[in-house]
Amino acid sequence: MDPVALARWQFGITTVYHFLFVPITIGMSMLVAVFQTMWVRTSKDAYLRLTKFFGKLFLINFALGVVTGIVQEFQFGMNWSEYSRFVGDVFGAPLALEALLAFFLESTFIGLWIFGWDKLPKKLHLATIYLAAFGTMLSAIFILAANSWMQNPVGTVFRNGRAELDGVGGFVEILSNPVLMVTFPHVISAAYMVAGGLVAGVAGWHLAKIRRDGEMKDGDTSAYRFATKFGAWVLLGASVFTVISGDQQSKIMTQVQPVKMAAAEALFETQTNAPFSVLTIGNLEGTEPLFEIQIPGLLSFLAGQETVKGINNLREEFAEEGFRHADGGQSLLQEQFADELAANYPGIDPIPNVPISYWTFRLMMGLGFAGMALALATLWFVRKDKFPKPGPIWTLAMFAMPLAPLFAISFGWIFTEMGRQPWVVAGVMSTASGVSTSVPAGNVLFSMITYTLIYGALAVLEVWLFLKYAKKGLPEVAPIEVQSDPDAPLTFAY
Amino acid sequence: MFNLLESTVAVPTLTLVWFVLVAVLWLGYFFLEGFDYGVAMLIPVLGKNEKEKRVVVNTIGPVWDGNEVWLLTAGGAMFAAFPGWYASVFSGLYIPLLLVLVGLILRGVAFEYRSKHPDSRYRTTLDWFATIGSFLPSLVFGVGFANFVIGLPNDGLHWNGSFWALFGPFALLGGVMLVVLFLVHGSAFIALKTRGIIHDRAESFGARLGWAAAVLVALFVICQNVFWPATSEFGDLSVFAWAAGIVAILAIVGASFAIGKGRDGWGFIGTGLSVVALFVGVFLKMYGNIGFAQDENVAVAERLNMITAASSPTTLTIMTWAAVIFVPIVIGYQSWSYWVFSKRISTKNIPDEVESAA
Ligand code: HDD
Ligand code: HEM
Ligand code: HEM
Repeated sequence: MDPVALARWQFGITTVYHFLFVPITIGMSMLVAVFQTMWVRTSKDAYLRLTKFFGKLFLINFALGVVTGIVQEFQFGMNWSEYSRFVGDVFGAPLALEALLAFFLESTFIGLWIFGWDKLPKKLHLATIYLAAFGTMLSAIFILAANSWMQNPVGTVFRNGRAELDGVGGFVEILSNPVLMVTFPHVISAAYMVAGGLVAGVAGWHLAKIRRDGEMKDGDTSAYRFATKFGAWVLLGASVFTVISGDQQSKIMTQVQPVKMAAAEALFETQTNAPFSVLTIGNLEGTEPLFEIQIPGLLSFLAGQETVKGINNLREEFAEEGFRHADGGQSLLQEQFADELAANYPGIDPIPNVPISYWTFRLMMGLGFAGMALALATLWFVRKDKFPKPGPIWTLAMFAMPLAPLFAISFGWIFTEMGRQPWVVAGVMSTASGVSTSVPAGNVLFSMITYTLIYGALAVLEVWLFLKYAKKGLPEVAPIEVQSDPDAPLTFAY
Repeated sequence: MFNLLESTVAVPTLTLVWFVLVAVLWLGYFFLEGFDYGVAMLIPVLGKNEKEKRVVVNTIGPVWDGNEVWLLTAGGAMFAAFPGWYASVFSGLYIPLLLVLVGLILRGVAFEYRSKHPDSRYRTTLDWFATIGSFLPSLVFGVGFANFVIGLPNDGLHWNGSFWALFGPFALLGGVMLVVLFLVHGSAFIALKTRGIIHDRAESFGARLGWAAAVLVALFVICQNVFWPATSEFGDLSVFAWAAGIVAILAIVGASFAIGKGRDGWGFIGTGLSVVALFVGVFLKMYGNIGFAQDENVAVAERLNMITAASSPTTLTIMTWAAVIFVPIVIGYQSWSYWVFSKRISTKNIPDEVESAA
C-alpha cells in the first residue's frame, strides 16, 4: 500500500476521532463551571445536582479526549518526520507551548476539581474548574495557531533549507495570523453549540420521561426544565457567532486559498456576482451541472469579492505564476520558496478533491443550521411549564441536538484539511513529501489497525457509560464541607 | 559560544541550554510518572480486595494526568528545540513508540473508567489495563534509553539499524532495570501516602524489591560507564557520568534501608533521587550526540547531533523565555496540588457507595 495514503488516512481518522471529544471538553467545562457558580451563589441543591450530573458526563468524555490527544502529539514525528524536520523551527513552538501552558493547567486543575470537593473551600474549588476551562481555550489557541500556519504560512522565511521563524516578529505574526483570528472564534463557538445541544438534549429527554413516568424526586422537573432551556439558548447564541465567524472565514480563505473556496462551490469558471449553489446534481468533475438550485449573488457576498475565480482559471494561473493568493500576493515563505516549489513539484495539480470539498462544506453548514432549528423547536415545546410529548420523534430530536453540530464540526475539519490538499503547508510543501521516508508502509498499516481496534473498543465503552449515566439522571447530593476527620470517606474515589 | 570542557565542537549557548531543558523535562517525567507506573503495576500485587485496590489507585488519582504532561512537554520541547532529533527518534523508533502509546491509552482510560461501573469483572479488566499500560512504557523507555547510551546507527538523518538489534543484552537490562526501579519507586510512594494494611504491604514489598533494584541499577551503571563512557568530540563527561551513576546506586541502596526501617519519606526521596541520578548519567552520555552513533569518517557538520538537529536561535530564544516564566509556575501549582492531597489514605476512606458521584 501507498505509505502516503496510509499516513493520511491515519492522521484523518485519529484527528477526527480526537475532535469528537474536544468540542465537548471545551464547551462542557465552561457550562459545568456556570452551573457550579449558580450553586455557589444560591446554595440551591438543584444547581449542585446539575453540576455533578453534567460534570460526570463531561469527565467520561474528557478521558478519551486526553488519551486520543497523546497519539496526535507523537504522530507528527512518527508518520510525518520530513514535515517535522522542515517546519519544526516554526511549528514545534506552538505545540510545545500548548503542552507547557495549557495541558499542565487543564490536567492539574481537573484533578483538583474531581478530587477536591471536600478538600478546598467552595470558592477555591469553583476556581479550579474555571482554570481548567481556561486551559482548554489556551490549548485551542496554540494548536489552531499551528493549524492556521499550515493554511497560511506567515511570519516565516526559507533559510538553511527549511522553514525558519522570521525573528521574534515572525512569531507575533503567527499568533496574529488572520486565519487564526477567525478560526479560533469559529471553532470555540462551534464547540459551545455542541455542549449546549448536549445539555439541552439530555435534560429534554428527561423532561419527556417525567411526563411519561411522573416525577421521580422533588425538584427534578424544574432542574431539567432549566437545563433544557439553558442548553438550547447556549446552542442558539453560539450558532450566531459560528455563522458570523464562518462568513469571515470564507472571506479570508477566498483570499489566501482561492482554490479551496472555488472547490467548495464547484465553481469552474470565473464569475462576477457569483451565485451560491445550494444543491448541484451532476458531474462535479466535469463542466456542466444537470440540475442546480442557486442563490444569486450570495457567493460573491460570502467571498467578499465581486468576481470569484473559478477552478479552471486558478489551475491555469498556478501553472503560470505558481501559488498565489486571490489578489496575486504571497506570504514571505511562499515567495522565497517559489523557485523550489516549481522545481520540486513539476506538474502538481493544485486543485483539491472537488466533490468532497463541495459536500463537506454543505454538510457543515446544513447540520449546523439543523442544530439551530432543533434548539428553536425545543424551546418552543418546553415553553412556560409545558412538557414535550414522549416518543421516538422527541428522543430522536434530543439525540440530534448535540450530534448535528458535532458532525458539522467533523465535516468542517475534513473540508478545511482536504481542501488544502495537495499541500500540507499551503503553497510550500506537498503532503506527499512530508511523510516519514524511513517508516515502512507495513508499520503504518500495523499502527493503523492497532488504533482502529482500540479506538473502536473505546467508543463502545464510552457511549455505553455515557448513556448509562445520562439515563440515570440527576444524582442525590449530600452537603459538602471541608473535611478534617482522617477517616472520613472521600467524596470522590476512583 | 561556550566550550564545555575540552570540546572540539563549538556549542552555541542556547543549544546547550535546550539540551539541558529537554533533559530536565524527561527527568521530571521519569521522577513523577515513575511512581505512577509503579503504583499501577502494583495494583494486583498489593490490593487483595476491591477496597484495597482502590486505595492503591487513589494514591495517584488526582495527579497522574498532570504527571503525564511532563512526557508531552518533553516531546513538544524536542520538536520545538531540536526538530531533527524529534523527527529521527519518533519515526525511527516507530513500533516501540506505538507500544508506549497503546500503554498510555489503556492506563488513562482504566483510571477514569474503573469507578464508573461496579462490576468486579469489569474492574479487574480495567485494572489489568492500568497494570499492562504502565508496564509497557516503563519497559520500552528502559530499552530505548539504553539504546541511546549505545548510540543508534544512522545515515546522518535517519536511524538505519535493524529492529531486532534494539534488543541487545544491555538494552534488555535497561528495560528490566527500569521496570523494577519504578516498582520500588511506586512502593515508596504508596507507603508514603497510605495507612494500615496497604502501607505495611507496600513497605515490605518495597524493602525486599529494593535490593533487586539496587543490583540492577549497579549493573546498568557499570556497563554504561565501562563500555560506553561519556566522552566524545563534545567533551569528556565520563567523570560526571560515573558520579551520577554512583549517586543512583547509593540512593537506591539507601532507599531500601529506609523503606525497611519504616522511614517512608526518606525511602521515597531515595528512590526518586536514584531515578533522577540514573537519567542524569544517561543524558550526560547523550550530550552532543543525542543518542545517535557519531561516525568518525563523516564531517561533524553532517552528523546527526545536537547542533545539526537544533532550531534557529530565534525559536530557541522565544522558547527560553516561555520556559523561564512558565516552568516555575507549573511546578508551583503542581506542588500545591500534591499538598492539597497530602493526607494519607486507607481503606477507611474508601466509600462503600461504589458508584460515587462526580
Ligand atoms: C481546538 C482545539 C483542539 C485541536 C484542534 C486539537 N486539540 Fe488536542 N486537545 C484539546 C483541544 C484541541 C483540548 C480541549 O485541550 C483537549 C481535549 C480533551 C482534553 O483533555 O484536552 C485536548 C487534548 C490533547 C492532548 C492530551 C492532553 C492531556 O494529557 O491533558 C494532547 C497531547 C493533544 N490534545 C494534542 C493535540 C494535537 C497534536 C492536535 C493536532 C493534530 C490536537 N490536539 C488537536
Ligand atoms: C490543529 C490541528 C489539526 C487538525 C484539527 C486537523 C484536522 C484534520 C482533519 C479533520 C483531517 C481529515 C481529512 C481527511 O479525512 O483526510 C485531516 C487530514 C489531514 N491532516 Fe490535518 N489537522 C491538524 C493539523 C495537521 C498537521 C499539523 C498536519 C501535518 C502533518 C496535518 C496533516 C494532515 C494530513 C496529511 C491529512 C490527510 C489529508 C487527506 O487525506 O486529504 N494536519 N486533518
Ligand atoms: C453559515 C455557516 C458557516 C460558514 C459560512 C462556515 C464557514 C467555514 C469555512 C469557510 C471554513 C474553512 C476555513 C478554512 O479552510 O480554514 C470552516 C471550517 C470549519 N467550520 Fe464552519 N462555517 C459555518 C458553520 C459551521 C458550523 C455550524 C459548524 C459547527 C457546529 C462549523 C464548524 C467548522 C469547523 C470545526 C471548521 C474547521 C476549523 C476551521 O478551519 O475553522 N462551521 N467553516
